[in-house]
Amino acid sequence: MTIWRLVMHEIRHRRLNFLLSLLGVAVAVGSVVAAEVLMSRERQVTNAILSRKQIEVEQTMTARQKDVAEAGAALQDVMRKTMRELGFNILILPEAQDLSELHLNGTLSETMPESYVSKLASTSIVTVNHLLPTVTQKVRWNEREIDVILHGTRGEVPILHASEKKPLLEAVPAGKMVVGCEIHRRLSLKVDDRVTFRGREFTISRLHPERGSTDDVSVWIDLAEAQELLGLQNLIHAILALECECAGDRITQIRAEIREILPGTQVIERYSQALTRAEARGRAKLAAEEALDKERQAGAAALESESASRAALESSHEQLASVLVPVGILSAAVWVGLLAFSNARQRCAEIGILRAIGLRASQIQRVFLTRAVLVGFGGAAPGILCGLILGQIFAERSELVPEASRLIDSGTLNIIAFSLVMAPVLSVVAAWLPAALVARQDPALVLQLD
Amino acid sequence: MLVELDQVSRTYPTQRSVVRAVQEVSLTLDAGQFAAVCGPSGCGKSTLLLIVGGLLRPDSGIVNVAGQQPYHLSPDARAAFRASQIGFVFQQFHLVPYLNVLDNVLAPALAVPHSDALDRAQQLLQQFGLSHRSRHVPAALSSGERQRVAMARALLNRPQLILADEPTGNLDRANAAGVLNSLKDFAESGGAVLLVTHDDDLADRADRVIRMLDGKIV
Repeated sequence: MTIWRLVMHEIRHRRLNFLLSLLGVAVAVGSVVAAEVLMSRERQVTNAILSRKQIEVEQTMTARQKDVAEAGAALQDVMRKTMRELGFNILILPEAQDLSELHLNGTLSETMPESYVSKLASTSIVTVNHLLPTVTQKVRWNEREIDVILHGTRGEVPILHASEKKPLLEAVPAGKMVVGCEIHRRLSLKVDDRVTFRGREFTISRLHPERGSTDDVSVWIDLAEAQELLGLQNLIHAILALECECAGDRITQIRAEIREILPGTQVIERYSQALTRAEARGRAKLAAEEALDKERQAGAAALESESASRAALESSHEQLASVLVPVGILSAAVWVGLLAFSNARQRCAEIGILRAIGLRASQIQRVFLTRAVLVGFGGAAPGILCGLILGQIFAERSELVPEASRLIDSGTLNIIAFSLVMAPVLSVVAAWLPAALVARQDPALVLQLD
Repeated sequence: MLVELDQVSRTYPTQRSVVRAVQEVSLTLDAGQFAAVCGPSGCGKSTLLLIVGGLLRPDSGIVNVAGQQPYHLSPDARAAFRASQIGFVFQQFHLVPYLNVLDNVLAPALAVPHSDALDRAQQLLQQFGLSHRSRHVPAALSSGERQRVAMARALLNRPQLILADEPTGNLDRANAAGVLNSLKDFAESGGAVLLVTHDDDLADRADRVIRMLDGKIV
């Protein structure tokens, strides 16, 4: 005969009381676990929503950044090509060149040695990126009976100290001719047409679109051929320096630098209105970057707003749970205590005789507390199971449950462990007073009553 | 002397007055003696039994049982003393309703565990003709069987003294005779029996009759 056997027999005998006690503990534990499962699922949903939003924002930003980068690259390319005509270009001319000739006719008459280009390219000049030696002269295209501006160009001369750059202007190969819009329209020229220009055969390699400038009445051929046609061997009219870093006040610096290298020359800035356009393009790029930045900030703000909204929702649910769960636990404790009192009252005579035959008060108390521990564990197990199931059901009803979510996360595991410890403790605490009272009752009183 | 009471008194205070249940009672009981305390209801005989059994502290006087003064012991020591020295038999049997016959007989072993408790219990059940009922709960037994279970329980720890309060009150003549014979057998084997009854015929079968009236031995 053992206390355990006594307890088990008593539980079987008064199973309704025991089952009601189990129910009380199970409801309390179930509500705690279900609340935790719901909270946990809510946290998982929050994390899933925020992760999804984060990914969306990042994808959007990546796409935007790519768009901006592509647009920027395209803009840079456009700029690079446009600069040739409109950019921060300078012309290096013989000092004696009358600029009014250039501005009025678009042609030049004074020359300088072609070697100037090489000389300039071999220096450590840093303000110039591309050098283009040219001859430019208004001539009669006798064979077609029209006046044209002839440009001879040999392509860009590489600057020795600088890293190799993509040329802004493609050279015209020998025997080829590039024709301006007005000329090819008037003469009905097409690419690959063969023409004779001042007694020399050329093949049309390219037709320029309308530019609204002297380019429309110009033809471009190889520099050496142009020099021969014009009798200007080893001479050039000008050096076109492209993509100069000569915007603003730096034109003064570049003039001084070039004059020192190439004495007897003058430097003029062409198409300075390009500066405004370039700045406008720069501003457009900046605006795009600012828009991108704003979009990034808006994405972050939306993410923060969603996070705050979810946090508020979770907080309200946690507040509700922080009230309901203790009330549930307290109610269960009171319920278990009342049932323990009822059990103790029913067992007065039995406890009296056990005390009479020699059981100590501590043994009687152990009988009741062992029963309470069994109530705690016995109620916690189904309570945990029901809590998990109910929590899952409610979570699935009320929220979009992420696929990767887990039913039991670390928070839920902690609550399960907590419940397994707290349920027996709570049950023992609830049964302590009735156990103490019944253990200390006077057995003589019970026997006398009978 | 197994039991010695010297000038023992016990009162019960009520709202209006004090009931003097036992007044300056002195008596002795030797081992092997079967004594019956008889008297009308309310004369204090059950109170006297509880005092001797170490269950009810007297207001005054000295109680000595088996060489010990139980009321000088701590509650736990007194409980252990009861378990080892005294067996109780009551009119209402006071069996634990959810324990079977064998477990009821074994219940005192919770207080004084001993290795041969099961053998002793089975031997007692055989002695009282209850072996075939060992797995039955009290509700399935007759009154006579229940009182025999109570007798077996009282004898499990081999006590020196049996205190019996109206043990035959709920029994028919045959079962009453059986219980009485068992008590006599216990006394003849060297134990002492203090039987409380209001039945003079029953008391007459004891070795010694102690008559009480208004809390006093007369």
